[in-house]
Amino acid sequence: MTERTFWRRYRRNRAAVLGLALFALVVFTAIFGWLLYPSDPWAPVTRPFLWPGERTAFPLGSDSMGRDVLAGLIHGAYVSLLIGLAATAAAVGLGVTIGTIAGYARGRTDDALMRLTEVFQTIPNFIFVLVLVAIFKPSIRTIVLAIATVSWPPIARLVRAEFLSLRERSFVQSCVAIGMTDVRIMWTQILPNCLAPVIIVASILVATAILVEAGLSFLGLGDPNVMTWGKMIGDGRDSLRTAWYLSAIPGVAIVLTVLGLSLVGEGLNDALNPRLKDL
Amino acid sequence: MARRLAQALFIVVCTAIINFTIVHLAPGDAVDVLAGEAGAADPGYVAGLRASFGLDKPLYEQLGRYIWNLAHLQMGHSFRYNMPVFSLIVQRLGPTLLLMVASLGVAFVGGIVLGVTASRNMRSMTDNLISVLALLAYATPLFWLGLMLIVVFTLKLNLLPGGGMYTIGATAGPLSHVLDVARHLVLPAITLSLFYMATYARLMRASMLEVSRVDYVRTAHAKGLSDGIVLYKHVLPNAILPMVTLLGVQAGSLLGGAVVVEVVFGWPGLGRLAFEAVFQRDSNLLLGILLLSSCLVVAVNILVDLLYTWLDPRIARG
Repeated sequence: MTERTFWRRYRRNRAAVLGLALFALVVFTAIFGWLLYPSDPWAPVTRPFLWPGERTAFPLGSDSMGRDVLAGLIHGAYVSLLIGLAATAAAVGLGVTIGTIAGYARGRTDDALMRLTEVFQTIPNFIFVLVLVAIFKPSIRTIVLAIATVSWPPIARLVRAEFLSLRERSFVQSCVAIGMTDVRIMWTQILPNCLAPVIIVASILVATAILVEAGLSFLGLGDPNVMTWGKMIGDGRDSLRTAWYLSAIPGVAIVLTVLGLSLVGEGLNDALNPRLKDL
Repeated sequence: MARRLAQALFIVVCTAIINFTIVHLAPGDAVDVLAGEAGAADPGYVAGLRASFGLDKPLYEQLGRYIWNLAHLQMGHSFRYNMPVFSLIVQRLGPTLLLMVASLGVAFVGGIVLGVTASRNMRSMTDNLISVLALLAYATPLFWLGLMLIVVFTLKLNLLPGGGMYTIGATAGPLSHVLDVARHLVLPAITLSLFYMATYARLMRASMLEVSRVDYVRTAHAKGLSDGIVLYKHVLPNAILPMVTLLGVQAGSLLGGAVVVEVVFGWPGLGRLAFEAVFQRDSNLLLGILLLSSCLVVAVNILVDLLYTWLDPRIARG
């Protein structure tokens, strides 16, 4: 599929275009936000409990310690994306490795690996992440690794299923016939062919990872050195009666980011899986 | 069924092994992890724990002992609560199950109603509105939704209680106690149910559209049954099967969702216990909760299988 047909198919889904715009906005904020709006999210810069719009210098108001809400929001965009993307990359790496081995080796190895996958799918994800982060001490690294630990099973199952069906195809058989090594067949022939479904699932995994991270930092298990959306919501909880905007604003940021990502996922699904669309 | 039980046992044992691995990978020695930091445990207790774990013994022997203890429901002692971990968890299981069942009930009924409405008015405003709401429900963090509901219904409108499970100090008969708990249950149950309601509505819409095209439904219409009866007797029972399957798949995420919802609403269940355990550095309790929540998911899946054969006798025969 050329880039142009991909775009044409993607554009057909209006909601997916909106989702891409939302996601691009978050990415832009995360990368360039601190340049356009240089402000320290930790520094008390003004009077506490400034409502949004009350003073133009602080468009989204200030929290109970006089910290700038917009600065926190920008910083949070960076942290959310970083954790979402890093955890997904790690989960995809792990899932693709396990799925590849299971689907290519088949037999007992496949059985054992699929049993393992089942176990990881049964353990309640959020509680598992909570326990891992609590015991290994919260930091960006442990949070990323913990989320990756619970997120790889769907990727592994997907890659395995693709491998099982692809390795019987004639193009793979002819590679075997000309004496290609197993590793080379996996890397250069089969893996590129199962990229599309992996990308679709990965876009949803990023959204889920962002939600999980927000939940962790809301519960006080985020990295203590970074400002995150979940932490802002948690901090705002103490003044919910008088200043509910402190919890409301970062929540809207999470909803828009996750919404954007799931719409992008649907658009990718339409564009990369034309067979499904035609049914 | 025997195969299913063997599989369930296998999953539980594997979870126990994962627990054991976490303890051994954690910084510091296993007893430091289990006893918590800050010297909260007395030296005698730590020495006893070291001996009971046999830390001088080879790893496989330690693992064997750990699983042997679990098989006897000995999950260790929570020194913070000064209670065996197992009984502590069992004590808190009730409120969590109540919350989960109530949320599932709301999600099931709401999902069916929304899904049927959407499929009957395909591509109309109502259908689109339901789709948009479902998308929003997917993207909304549960804890934030809970807080916003508290702002509106507790703080602004003063309609419903936004914390705890019952009014403290209320002295009344059993009936008003039940009503009191029900009032406290409304907001947390709605919060937890919304995400699942969205998935059920989507699924229900899809299976309604699929089922309404099959022959036996056309026949039912042809023999003059009213729309309502066709829906209730022929379409619904078949459309509900995929929803039951989904229930098994989502059991784990429902339990995870219960954790945050319980923290937001101060609901005294398993999730709230996990939250307290995190902050009191009670790793032993945390690991016990992880293990028992996996058991709970396994149990729900077995129940779903049973329910499935009851709903669709063809499966039992096949």
